[in-house]
Amino acid sequence: MSGRVRRASERALARIESAFNAAFGNECNPVYHSGALTIYFFWIVLVSGIYVFIFFETSIFGAYASVERLTHDQWYLGGVMRSLHRYASDAAVITLLVHLGREFVKGRYRGARWFSWFTGVPLLWMVFPLGITGYWLVWDRLAQYIAIATSELLDRLPLFTEPMARNFLLPESLSDRFFTLMAFLHLLGIPIFLVFGIWFHLLRVSGPRVNPPRRLALGSLGALLLLSLLLPAESQGPADLTRVPQALGLDWFYLAIYPLYDLTSADFLWALLAGGSLLLALVPWLPPVKREPAAVVDLANCNGCGRCYADCPFGAVTLQPRTDGRRHPLQAVVDPDLCTACGICAGACPSATPFRSVAELVSGIDMPRLTVHRLREATAAALHRASGPLRVVVYGCAHGADLSALARPGVVTQTLPCIGNLPPSFIDYVLRRAGADGVLLTGCRLGDCYFRLGNEWVVRRLAGTREPHLRSTVDRRRLKVVWAAPVDSGRLVAALNEFLQQLARLEPQRDPVPPPARVAGEAAR
Amino acid sequence: MNTWLRRLGQATAYLAFAAAVGWLSARPAYAPIGPDQALVRLSFGHYGARLGECRRRSAEELSRLPPNMRATLECPRERSPIRVHLELDGRRVYEAVLDPSGLSRDGPAHVYEKFVVPAGEHRLRVFLDEDIHRPQGEYTAAARAELAPGEVLVIDFRPARGGFVFYHHGKAFDGCNGTDCDRG
Ligand code: HEM
Ligand code: SF4
Ligand code: SF4
Repeated sequence: MSGRVRRASERALARIESAFNAAFGNECNPVYHSGALTIYFFWIVLVSGIYVFIFFETSIFGAYASVERLTHDQWYLGGVMRSLHRYASDAAVITLLVHLGREFVKGRYRGARWFSWFTGVPLLWMVFPLGITGYWLVWDRLAQYIAIATSELLDRLPLFTEPMARNFLLPESLSDRFFTLMAFLHLLGIPIFLVFGIWFHLLRVSGPRVNPPRRLALGSLGALLLLSLLLPAESQGPADLTRVPQALGLDWFYLAIYPLYDLTSADFLWALLAGGSLLLALVPWLPPVKREPAAVVDLANCNGCGRCYADCPFGAVTLQPRTDGRRHPLQAVVDPDLCTACGICAGACPSATPFRSVAELVSGIDMPRLTVHRLREATAAALHRASGPLRVVVYGCAHGADLSALARPGVVTQTLPCIGNLPPSFIDYVLRRAGADGVLLTGCRLGDCYFRLGNEWVVRRLAGTREPHLRSTVDRRRLKVVWAAPVDSGRLVAALNEFLQQLARLEPQRDPVPPPARVAGEAAR
Repeated sequence: MNTWLRRLGQATAYLAFAAAVGWLSARPAYAPIGPDQALVRLSFGHYGARLGECRRRSAEELSRLPPNMRATLECPRERSPIRVHLELDGRRVYEAVLDPSGLSRDGPAHVYEKFVVPAGEHRLRVFLDEDIHRPQGEYTAAARAELAPGEVLVIDFRPARGGFVFYHHGKAFDGCNGTDCDRG
């Protein structure tokens, strides 16, 4: 996708998300929780499915009648469960597609993040067959249609010597042979693969959001229950192989490939599915990106406290037994293959504090592109050059609103890979030592950090609920935090203006203590 | 934002979500074939003729074989491809030479085809040649049937019943043994 198309779709998505943020609040935005909602809907599918299974007769000759009995004789519970089973499966397809599309538009699958994307593709090959085999088991006219079409499709592959579709030629040729296979796949085989597949999908995401917030969970369950009561799921008449069903209520979420097959051919459909899946799986490398250099550990400055390990959103840091003989039992180790170069670990490291009076500030874990040392020097130098009655440092992130719109005398901007890269002590430092009157932090919208957890960790670090804390003595009137996506840059500018007015009303700061080494240098980009 | 406005927004989102789920889970309706169409399905599996003649083994040959494998007849396993065609209302709609299945080409050849036809009366004539190399093993059958919209006519081949069998309403019927069908 060309850069322009991507940016346009990213902006469009951000606008849609804004609407959801307005209604649900960032913490409950369903778009942000689309992956977790997908899992949640599968839980509903599981529970309702177990109920339906209790009354289901696993035979092609009894299945239809057993489902009819459940639907009508027990409409108040069995019927609702059946409807929930269907509708939650459909809902999962919606959230799954939103999830996939969102990760794509936001580009959260490149470089070291290829793994989740790549392992997401096989999940599609589990979810859709799960739905298809489910519709098969009802053995109504819809089931008959998909059984025949599926057999014709499978017969294009070198699987069976005798065409599978022959089994559905005549009522007398029907047997439980394939029905039992479908029942096995639907009830046991595919679900087991799906659970394993989701686990694998999340292997490299540390602390993944697998449960939606309670309010969202209850709300969507309520919506599906309401739908189940108003529009109960029904069968479409018993299968009759002597006729072609003439008007089918098709579940377009799961079964849209069948009309496409009718319109085209088995060869076309297989080529489309195989080619499409292959292309989708290769997307992280189309075109290959140059990876940012990974975080680097400096053992002399690492005491093995484990904060970087706790904060890394991608499980790239592990704690391992010490190799340099120092008294600390552990040391941080970075796996460069997993590292996204977000810098959140450097923001967590206690040795990254700019107050350390060493000429070369070296953090226990640091980013080669923009070390905390260079960040300190660049901020100090820019503040030194800054003119104007008030001097404000804006720390922003490469994925939030663009900081160039904030340029004005006295305002110094520093763009970090992620706002979580900023050690909180920097705020204290620039206010007390480097002569800033205020500090403004900005980054992706809450709940939507490009690097998953950066802004959330910042909120907690500032609130003093997660190490490293921002010292409580820091004058909070001189600190402002604005979460802003690229489309929110107008709001960010307004917030800065307001902040400047607020700072102007405050009594001037005491003369700051000069920084230990003030080096004039280029502001780090 | 005003709490009530937010709640209204949430309710709208939930309802729109439920409506989308409910609607697309069964609507719009889909018809695999048109309202005035019917279907003819031609499908069977059949062994083509053996390619080579069987040969009687000599006593000497037999004595060289392990005792459990001393069959007097030695038959080549490979089968001939079969040739199938189908004429619908005098027009040839299908013609194929189908290979035997199996790695050593000793299994049955299979055919599975479907033809969407306008509802109404149709004449069918189907032909099978189980040996494409020699003039033997030819079967042909014809039938006439009135297909209502959505009905399926099946053409199967059952050697035990003497050849082709037509099915309409799921029941076998005899076709018309030859030429009658073509008249009138
Ligand atoms: C059954 C279907 C799926 C489920 C239940 C699911 C669930 C999830 C969950 C819970 C997360 C973690 C979100 C977080 O905590 O930030 C996630 C991340 C992700 N998923 Fe999926 N997913 C599914 C299918 C897919 C598919 C089909 C794709 C794409 C082909 C995909 C691509 C991704 C990516 C790129 C991430 C982000 C990883 C990162 O932040 O580096 N997922 N998924
Ligand atoms: S930069 Fe640090 S926090 Fe970010 S992925 Fe790499 S090791 Fe993890
Ligand atoms: S946060 Fe710093 S000191 Fe602590 S383990 Fe990581 S690198 Fe070492």
